[in-house]
Amino acid sequence: MNERRSRATASSPTRREFLKASTTAAAAASVAGSLSIARSAYAAGSETIRIGLIGCGGRGTGATSQALHTKGGVKLVSMGDAFRDRLESSLANLKKDKVIAGRIDMPEDHRFVGFDAYKQVLGSGVDLVILATPPGFRPIHLAAAVDADKNVFMEKPVAVDGPGIRAVLEAAKKAKKKNLGLAVGLQRHHQNHYIETIHRLQDGAIGDMVTARVYWNGAGVWVRPRKPGQTDMQYQMRNWYYFNWLCGDHIVEQHIHNLDVINWLKGTHPARCQGMGGRQVRIGKDTGEIFDHHAVEYEYEDGTRMFSYCRHIPGCWNSVTEHVHGTKGSADISSGVIRTAGQAPWRYRGKKNNPYQTEHDDLFAAIRSGNPPNEGEYGAHSTMTAIMGRMATYSGKMVSWEEAINSNLNLAPEKYAFNAEPPEPHVAVPGQTKAF
Amino acid sequence: MWFMDSRLVRRTRRWQPAVRQALCFGAAILAVWASTAVADPAGGGSPTAAPAKAATAVDMRPYTEHISGTEESFDMVPIPGGTFTMGSPGDEPGRHADEGPQHAVKVDPFWMGKHEVTWDEYEIWNFNLDIQRRKVLGEQPTKRDKLADAVTRPTKPYTDMTFGMGKEGYPAICMTQLAAKKYCEWLSAKTGHYYRLPTEAEWEYACRAGTTTAYSFGDNPDDLGQYAWYYDNSDDQYQPVGKKKPNPWGLYDMHGNVAEWCLDRLDSDFYAKCANNKLTVDPLNRPTRLYSRVVRGGSWDDDPEMLRSAARRASEKDWKMQDPQIPQSIWYHTDAIFVGFRVLRPLDEPSTEEKQRYRADPAQLE
Repeated sequence: MNERRSRATASSPTRREFLKASTTAAAAASVAGSLSIARSAYAAGSETIRIGLIGCGGRGTGATSQALHTKGGVKLVSMGDAFRDRLESSLANLKKDKVIAGRIDMPEDHRFVGFDAYKQVLGSGVDLVILATPPGFRPIHLAAAVDADKNVFMEKPVAVDGPGIRAVLEAAKKAKKKNLGLAVGLQRHHQNHYIETIHRLQDGAIGDMVTARVYWNGAGVWVRPRKPGQTDMQYQMRNWYYFNWLCGDHIVEQHIHNLDVINWLKGTHPARCQGMGGRQVRIGKDTGEIFDHHAVEYEYEDGTRMFSYCRHIPGCWNSVTEHVHGTKGSADISSGVIRTAGQAPWRYRGKKNNPYQTEHDDLFAAIRSGNPPNEGEYGAHSTMTAIMGRMATYSGKMVSWEEAINSNLNLAPEKYAFNAEPPEPHVAVPGQTKAF
Repeated sequence: MWFMDSRLVRRTRRWQPAVRQALCFGAAILAVWASTAVADPAGGGSPTAAPAKAATAVDMRPYTEHISGTEESFDMVPIPGGTFTMGSPGDEPGRHADEGPQHAVKVDPFWMGKHEVTWDEYEIWNFNLDIQRRKVLGEQPTKRDKLADAVTRPTKPYTDMTFGMGKEGYPAICMTQLAAKKYCEWLSAKTGHYYRLPTEAEWEYACRAGTTTAYSFGDNPDDLGQYAWYYDNSDDQYQPVGKKKPNPWGLYDMHGNVAEWCLDRLDSDFYAKCANNKLTVDPLNRPTRLYSRVVRGGSWDDDPEMLRSAARRASEKDWKMQDPQIPQSIWYHTDAIFVGFRVLRPLDEPSTEEKQRYRADPAQLE
């Protein structure tokens, strides 16, 4: 009895009937189209795609569930994580879903723990890996996955520094040559109202773009306080959000989504930026070295500006949105609304979708069709855009794209082991810190 | 202390506690005068020094509850107990079968929130703003603070739960029923008055306010714009509470703005069971599973028929669609940007055993 109640999905009134019907027809047509050209090894779901999960946190578990909910034969056959307890709780949670429980085959010897678990997952007979560890590991894991001829779904962000970005771009190129699927968890690219609004803007709905405003202002995220007996490495790996070699700062970990939307609209990345930021309320224990606010002015090569704000402070004005202003009007892309002078606003009224599910539906369908996607380049460029913003707020300097992407500042530890020393946390001081 | 939430610190920080309390007390009295003038269904009477206390239904007065240790307060309106016909008649336009059969229900007297709970109130709990304020001002917790601190609070949301629609004066949204119930527990500890969510019967009784028409102002949806925010006039978002006309008992936004959590589970045969009785007293269809639970009143995103006094809506899994983690948060319905709540306080505080009936249930914590 529930479905009738939901405006977004259901059978209620007239106003949206037409749009809904036409969207359904279009979807049916596209399915038929992809089936008719399907000719790969996984065609029409006849072959099972064997999945390995690397990084068993909440998001990795969620992504795996979505992968297991796609059409056609899918099976989760191996898992890897730095910590045994994270792996086991992830597996237990996945098995709670009756729809996918039968698609999980996880004997003890396919559960891999430690810093090298990713190698073992890659060697366990999988066709596709989900990379969902903290982003600091992504470049290493992606390069190894592509070398091992695996299709990849990797979470955003895809790196935390310049060397990492360059490695990801290299691996993405290789994946393309090998015709491997490479999807990036920037799910707005698979969200109906974003797709439709961006298309209209690119078709000139508000004339030429002049400026953009993007925000991820929120209250902040979890903290995992230090426990007695933890080594520095164990502690940082558990409380990873607050250490740059693992997380990249919240401008990278969260705000990338909003920066990415404007890059998508522009079809390119900014040429330079400058900004300011700091740590105003993040003063407690266990909050590492990341800032709690950043404000960055980006400039694209054509002179277009993007003003970017992100904050982790409770009790303030919040917004997680993307807006663009053009010569003929403006748009709130995040809400799917376009306003032009003298006209009633256009509002997206089509079918809403779950973008986290759709990004996996799209990836698996494309792999089966023999035309796998490669989202690596824009994933890397949007991550780099966010990293460049951090370089600007940490240093207090103007940073160019070339300086940022060619930066040799490497945040990684010298050695990955629980008894090794992780990088010492160091809160940046603008004007003094070398940040790129 | 300059980095504290300005709503909690402004004015108070410069004053000695005694002065501060005296001023707050004065403000509360003034607020009571103001709210009494708006609606007093219990039959007139002048405001008293302790309006939050009443021995019987006729003694009930509107009152303003101040959330101690903060600058926030909210208004409560007395709702006399009584008997009404729950559900809608078979010929009501836009009606759905689960609104029948109509049946006689009796509810006990209670106070109800004049407005939907706003972010200003909700975030004190959600983001520990009260605890943070004490730390900054170097204040010791009171006995009630300590009880309130012991109530579980949500984890932080990954994203902004206002979805850019505004915060101060706007209704809180996107909480699970568990979160709304825990907020009530916290509020009870903090104020010393027992607050909870309304049952579906209490909600409909308060919404109808003695009327038997589709809406509390009549049957004509053309009049809806005077009383409610809904799809055609909301500009695609929720609106500040209390800007439209109230219902006959002085409650604002019962129709529209945000749909409101009730305690009940929604199943199709509960009304039929109740209809077997000549009169059902204080019904509650206690949830045993996570879905589906009832929200009432319709929202800014709904067409007029969903705003009718008898219309029911069920919570669903899709309300967590954009929570990409597993396990999903027990505190947030990331996609229920049209769901909020208001609080209720029964005239007679229930016994500890009776309170169990209304508490967070195991199914919610699965």
